[in-house]
Amino acid sequence: MPEAPSDATRIAAGARDRVRFEEEALALSEQVYRVARHVASSREDAEELVQETYARAFRSWRSYQPGTNLRAWLLRILTNLNIDRGRRAQRTPPMQGLEANDYFLYDRLAESDGGLSDEEKVVERLSQDDIVTALSAVPHDFRDVIVLVDIGDFSYQDAAQILDIPIGTVMSRLHRGRRILKRELAESVLEEGT
Amino acid sequence: MMGHAHDPCAHCEEMMQPYLDHILNEEEMREAEMHLDQCEWCRRRYRFEESLRVYVRQAIREPMPAELKQKLAALRIPLD
Repeated sequence: MPEAPSDATRIAAGARDRVRFEEEALALSEQVYRVARHVASSREDAEELVQETYARAFRSWRSYQPGTNLRAWLLRILTNLNIDRGRRAQRTPPMQGLEANDYFLYDRLAESDGGLSDEEKVVERLSQDDIVTALSAVPHDFRDVIVLVDIGDFSYQDAAQILDIPIGTVMSRLHRGRRILKRELAESVLEEGT
Repeated sequence: MMGHAHDPCAHCEEMMQPYLDHILNEEEMREAEMHLDQCEWCRRRYRFEESLRVYVRQAIREPMPAELKQKLAALRIPLD
């Protein structure tokens, strides 16, 4: 019968698992930051949020189940911390003036460009600043979903788990959120044009 | 198609987001593609939306500050 592992062996194995966990988590930090940068209200907030996330993750590494999605696990911590910090804007304002269709932005841009131009060129009329500003103007509940799915490449299912909301809510927020984003973009372009 | 018998472009517009998210079923996908094949108006708008998504991702990409990376590494729990 094999001998039970000694305490020293067990501690060594535990330390090895922890080190591996920390290394895997750190390897994901760029991706975690990318999401944090756009769910938090500022760059400073994002940096603090990422640090708090990692501090908590390192403390509670044992509650992570190896083999499951570590990136989703980290972002679950991050979004919970973000809510706890109370740094979120108040609930979503009413959706006044939400455009009735999805082609709105293209139509506005193409129209102000004299009509028949190449789609990719039309997109390039938007500056990086336009996009950053428009995204930050999208209310939190909607922005979180856009950032996770469209920027973080999470599936609807993962986004639902991270935010602890039903998948149907992910889909409807994504749908509305993208429209709000396009409305904001259209507004910034129209302002520049005047 | 039900509810949109008179305006195939309105129906096509409704399918745009699910189409680009790859969540249409096969039949809906065929239907969208059939319409896009014949309708340049919708096709331009689909292409625009696709480019917009790519463009948004590129525009907001911001590298992580190097100091932050170091700060995170420093949060690791030291070995006993």
